[in-house]
Amino acid sequence: MNKVSPSTTEPCAEVEIDYLELDKIIEQEFDNDKENLIMILQAIQKRYNHLPQPTLKYLSEKINVPYSQIYGVGTFYATFSLEPKGRNIISICLGTACHVRGGERVRERIKDTLNLDGKHTTDDMRFTLEGVRCIGCCSLGPVMKVNEDIHGRIGADKVEKILENYE
Amino acid sequence: MKIQSTEELEKIRQEYSTRLYYPDTTKVLVGMASCGIAAGGKAAFEKAIQDFPDGNGVQIRQTGCIGFCEVEPLVEIAETGKPRVIYQKITEDKIVDVIRSYLENDFKKTKWILGQVRDPRSLMEDHLENPLREVAPIEKIPFLEDTPFYSNQVKIALRNCGYIDPDSIEEYIARGGYFAFFRALLDHKPEDIIQIIKDSGLRGRGGGGFSTGVKWATCARHHGERYIICNADEGDPGAYMDRSILEGDPHSVLEGMLIAAVAIGSNHGFMYVRNEYPLAVKRLVTAIKQAEKYGLLGENIGGTDFSFNIKISTGAGAFVCGESTALMASLEGQVGRPRAKYVHTVEKGLRQNPSNLNNVETFANVPAIISKGANWYAGMGTEGSKGTKVFSLVGKIKNTGLVEVVMGTTLRNIIYDIGGGVLKKKKFKAVQTGGPSGGCIPEKADAYSCPRPPETGSSAPVM
Ligand SMILES: Cc1cc2nc3c(=O)[nH]c(=O)nc-3n(C[C@H](O)[C@H](O)[C@H](O)COP(=O)(O)O)c2cc1C
Ligand code: SF4
Ligand code: FES
Repeated sequence: MNKVSPSTTEPCAEVEIDYLELDKIIEQEFDNDKENLIMILQAIQKRYNHLPQPTLKYLSEKINVPYSQIYGVGTFYATFSLEPKGRNIISICLGTACHVRGGERVRERIKDTLNLDGKHTTDDMRFTLEGVRCIGCCSLGPVMKVNEDIHGRIGADKVEKILENYE
Repeated sequence: MKIQSTEELEKIRQEYSTRLYYPDTTKVLVGMASCGIAAGGKAAFEKAIQDFPDGNGVQIRQTGCIGFCEVEPLVEIAETGKPRVIYQKITEDKIVDVIRSYLENDFKKTKWILGQVRDPRSLMEDHLENPLREVAPIEKIPFLEDTPFYSNQVKIALRNCGYIDPDSIEEYIARGGYFAFFRALLDHKPEDIIQIIKDSGLRGRGGGGFSTGVKWATCARHHGERYIICNADEGDPGAYMDRSILEGDPHSVLEGMLIAAVAIGSNHGFMYVRNEYPLAVKRLVTAIKQAEKYGLLGENIGGTDFSFNIKISTGAGAFVCGESTALMASLEGQVGRPRAKYVHTVEKGLRQNPSNLNNVETFANVPAIISKGANWYAGMGTEGSKGTKVFSLVGKIKNTGLVEVVMGTTLRNIIYDIGGGVLKKKKFKAVQTGGPSGGCIPEKADAYSCPRPPETGSSAPVM
């Protein structure tokens, strides 16, 4: 097996990187093409929930793009995270239409429910809470997305029940 | 099978037009754009499939968006020789009863019913007779086309949304799809196509409001490998028309890009989609595969030496990537920072080559203009803005929805006649148009009663 654990000095020491799988993503899905950098990073983030540093270094050599540029892209775009995220990502919409229908109240309720005071991820890594701008379901505002599921017309009182469904 | 001629396209059209308008079993269409799904459409769809498995005289199908968000989940039921009925707020606990009641011709539960359809044809199907002409309407149920929400609308960009299964290229062809492209490819010279688009008065729907024909002509003048790029970054909060078109009628955008490619002389297309729109990407991937299967994308299209392919790229959550130079940097896999436009992207854009960027809605209008002619399109709208514009009505308004109106329709008309006024009959304070780059317009302002948008073609004013 080509599984390698990065040395413990790496910030995300607990992640095991499957380099065979990574090769497959880079070569087969994205043709080793540097123009596909953003989509490769998305695939890595989808797999590991964040962008583990060793994968970026590996990618840099593989598609021949300087590490500094990959790091730049990884920090410029809002969807990428260099820090590990929770198993479930809650995205609460803070767009205009959701805002006027009470999006902020829903966010407060989620923060209370999950004890997220001054942090984004729960200690047990079950949830990460993010604010996003419009996800295009404005008519159902306030809207929140948990992973790929969109929940519309949520009142603050529905929050707990929805979150129960995600382990 | 690769379609090589208009005759072959016509054969597919006839076969599927019959299936679309004269289904051999009862057809239940559930609105399944991502917001329809979130409102409970998917649960209703699955429940219906469970209770009416295939071959039971009822077929359960998906469709895109008919625009009346307020009363989602929306379900339409049709049967040959019977009225087509649109049902509202049909969640999974109701759908089975609704289907049964339709089968039994029982239309007494009027609160389930949004309306009946008078004429399902699109503007591309004038040559057909109304499939419902001999069907006796249901008494005391309004025709959808007569309700204020719909009677004030003209659907060009949204012509197929809610009528077809977005995952079926055949249904798109059935509604007159790809005929405009074949005409552009086989009957027109590139400069004629550009002239038609210029004469139509179509302006970009992405915010700049620039003349689409002039942009195409400029790009075509520059040498090098030219690119056609579709801007599906839709960044303004509160706006979701591009998503609805991509999720409800992806082929209309592909066809618009194909026509632009013939006109400008391009072999490579790119779709830049926000990563918040996974379902739009999925439907586009399916649409592109189907178009390739029929030889509408790929090499030697329609038996000519014209070749064109389309690559889909996704963004990663940066509002600024909707701007043309940032978008092209992002397509190259770089940080999406706008650069100063000393040289325009129509001359040096993606990979330093001439690149023509248009918005989703702009492209969706193009096939209709080629089919119906420049004068037809230019006959709608105001002096400076021709045709129609799709708006999303959201916030504290009674009828949230997605509507397409002729340019020059006043905001008052949109908010009160179509939108039903402010929620809970409260007093109107202000309306924001065009996202963060737009403005808030109070009732007293002239702009409120004045036809909008004045000189730009878009919901967002010029920046
Ligand atoms: C900050 C910024 C964001 C923009 N976002 C979008 C967008 O989300 N979608 C879009 O089509 N155009 C957007 N535009 C306009 C595009 O730069 C470009 O004018 C447009 O896509 C051209 O297509 P059109 O001529 O068909 O409108 C944006 C412009 C700026 C400056
Ligand atoms: S935009 Fe509105 S009508 Fe269209 S699918 Fe979404 S919720 Fe339904
Ligand atoms: S503003 Fe929240 S989904 Fe559009």
